[in-house]
Amino acid sequence: MSSANWTIDFLSRLGVEGIAVIVPGQGGPSPQPLSQEGEGLYNLSIQPIVSIDEQEHFLPSPSGRGAGGEGAVINVTTTDKPVRNQNPLLWQIAANDWRRFAEAAVEQGLRWVAGWAEQVQGDFLVNACFEKQGVYILSRTRVAVNAPTLPSQATVYPAANRSERHSRDMFGINFVDHPDNRRWTRHQAWAEDSYPLRKDFPVQGAPVDVTPADMHYPFIKSEGQGVYEIPVGPVHAGIIEPGHFRFQAVGELILNLEERLGYVHKGIEKIAEGRAPDSLARLAGRVSGDTTVGHCWAACMAMEQAAAIEIPPRAALIRGILAERERIANHLGDMGAICNDVAFVFAQMQFTRLRELWLRTHAKVFGHRLLMDRIMPGGVMCDLTDADCTLIKREINVLRNELADIMPAIDLNSSLEDRLYTAGFLAPNIAAAFGALGYVGRASGQDFDVRRDAPYAPYDRVTVKVAVETKGDIASRFWIRYKEINASLHLIEQFIDQLVAGGLVSEWQPASAGSEGLGIVEGWRGEITAYVRFDAENKIARFYPRDPSILNWPALEKLVLDNIVPDFPVCNKSLNGSYSGNDL
Amino acid sequence: MLRLFLKILKTGVVTERFKKPKDDELERLGIEIKRHIDKKFSGSIAIREVDAGSCNGCELEIHALNNPYYDIERFGIHFVASPRHADVLLVTGPVSRNMQTALLRTYEATPNPKWVVAVGDCAACGGEFGVSYASCGAVSNVIPVDVVIPGCPPTPLALMTGLLGLIR
Repeated sequence: MSSANWTIDFLSRLGVEGIAVIVPGQGGPSPQPLSQEGEGLYNLSIQPIVSIDEQEHFLPSPSGRGAGGEGAVINVTTTDKPVRNQNPLLWQIAANDWRRFAEAAVEQGLRWVAGWAEQVQGDFLVNACFEKQGVYILSRTRVAVNAPTLPSQATVYPAANRSERHSRDMFGINFVDHPDNRRWTRHQAWAEDSYPLRKDFPVQGAPVDVTPADMHYPFIKSEGQGVYEIPVGPVHAGIIEPGHFRFQAVGELILNLEERLGYVHKGIEKIAEGRAPDSLARLAGRVSGDTTVGHCWAACMAMEQAAAIEIPPRAALIRGILAERERIANHLGDMGAICNDVAFVFAQMQFTRLRELWLRTHAKVFGHRLLMDRIMPGGVMCDLTDADCTLIKREINVLRNELADIMPAIDLNSSLEDRLYTAGFLAPNIAAAFGALGYVGRASGQDFDVRRDAPYAPYDRVTVKVAVETKGDIASRFWIRYKEINASLHLIEQFIDQLVAGGLVSEWQPASAGSEGLGIVEGWRGEITAYVRFDAENKIARFYPRDPSILNWPALEKLVLDNIVPDFPVCNKSLNGSYSGNDL
Repeated sequence: MLRLFLKILKTGVVTERFKKPKDDELERLGIEIKRHIDKKFSGSIAIREVDAGSCNGCELEIHALNNPYYDIERFGIHFVASPRHADVLLVTGPVSRNMQTALLRTYEATPNPKWVVAVGDCAACGGEFGVSYASCGAVSNVIPVDVVIPGCPPTPLALMTGLLGLIR
């Protein structure tokens, strides 16, 4: 089935006939609906087709609202260009049909990708992004700031749960019938009735001298003989990020785990407002320090879409090399750390050694050990000489040989086998329900990778091999990282072979006010999406980065069940969510 | 098992030599308390690392201090699991307001005498995040800071130099 076919199918299910009338072309600022009053669940108006980077169409037109009377109005916009993630379809949904739309989407087998809101004058635009077979749909609705009420999608998509709570805390949007009405991102740093991402909230806020601890968060309780609670964090025992975990256990067995995150909320979305493109790229590179390439790329891709800028082919290839190198560096670190958490120090020492060598090459060739600020709007900051390429290729062979020594030694170790196999099991259906991404999803049968399924330059010129397992345990998440390292090594070699001469940066053209873009890349943890809208004068009006951790963290609460408390660190490390990327 | 030992033998010792920082480097790092530490801790310190809001970049490089190339423990510097066991708090990040009380409590839980090292540009001055409704900015806005190790993130070498400056 060709990728776009299911959207037509989906629309028919929503009650539309005559979808063939979708015509490619340029629409005017207030296009005439081509058909109206469809039979069935929804009334639809089909508008002429535009792409996401044509801002006047991407901006919701108030005239389109209510055209279908009581039912929903879905403005279907698409493009005659190949359907790629650069061109997500924008569908506008009436607010009171927000949940019904989610119900239809889940029935159609759409994956929930991301949810965010923004204030545009007197309205909130609420967005929910979905994906199927590499085609992204950006559904959008509009509620008034003075009556911000919307049916919750979280009852349909568990993945939307925390995202809606975040939008509630930051904007004051009331999601009706939400299954969990507790605060999420808000601790005690701002008052319950003030909302940081509203335009009238000053970036400095009104903080007190010492923000008190969030003492009275209503955690889930359990009662019964022998049941006890273990509170952990926010300051942990290791060198890791802060967050709170609340366990209920009987003996050593974990009955329930509840995560309480938000401790490293730094106001990234708020302080992004008003920035210039270069400055936003720097900030995006610090959403999660281990994913600096991934987030920076996604943000730059979104800005480039909004400003209609194509990056030079050489820049795309270098971005690809940077992203694959970042993936390998993190996987090497994780594989060592997983083994270390079950006291297998041999592997920890070997993998940290390999990671250090890898990072030194980062510094030598690209000028930064973690590759921060190597990607910039319009291209990349760093070039590769022939000598660099030779060095990188030689290092790839060295790493392959090293791993050929180490992996059999690990594979044959029975104590490691004892600890990693069957522990931390995440069932494929639970992974699907939470929309688990990257190695977490792929170790539990979720066969998705943006690089293969919605390819962007430079992945559109190579074949990306995606490893998938179905066992869903820690060992699966360990071995899938190894397979991904091998695939990435191969990709880097291909990118170097294809490296074309040419410029590194396209000249920046200021984006027009209101223009927007959605960058979607496969970071080392999985799919990253970044939404950007420009204001006047090339300034950022809204930035929302969705780290894969936002979808993977809830899976941790499930995969630790029936494991013993002492196995929590290794379970956690096998997932390795970002706290900073989650808390923003 | 034979493969494992073979690999260990083949890898050998990769640990590198480091020079102690010179006087002007110490001044740059703002280490004024070196003599006190020399006297009180006889060349060995215990560090409690506290992420007070960082992006995790600094943590990655602090982790690297324990890899076989740097192996910082051979200098008597080791990381402990509780502030109760610590001489030094190694604090990263702009201090997020949601972590402010946690950081203050960690500081209070650390027995005297104690020192605070602010690691990274965010910890030094607020960095990319500054002061906002969600961030207190520099660590020194929340607890007294003795040493600053700048960088985004500081390299393991910069961290080594800064920490070696603290001890004999």
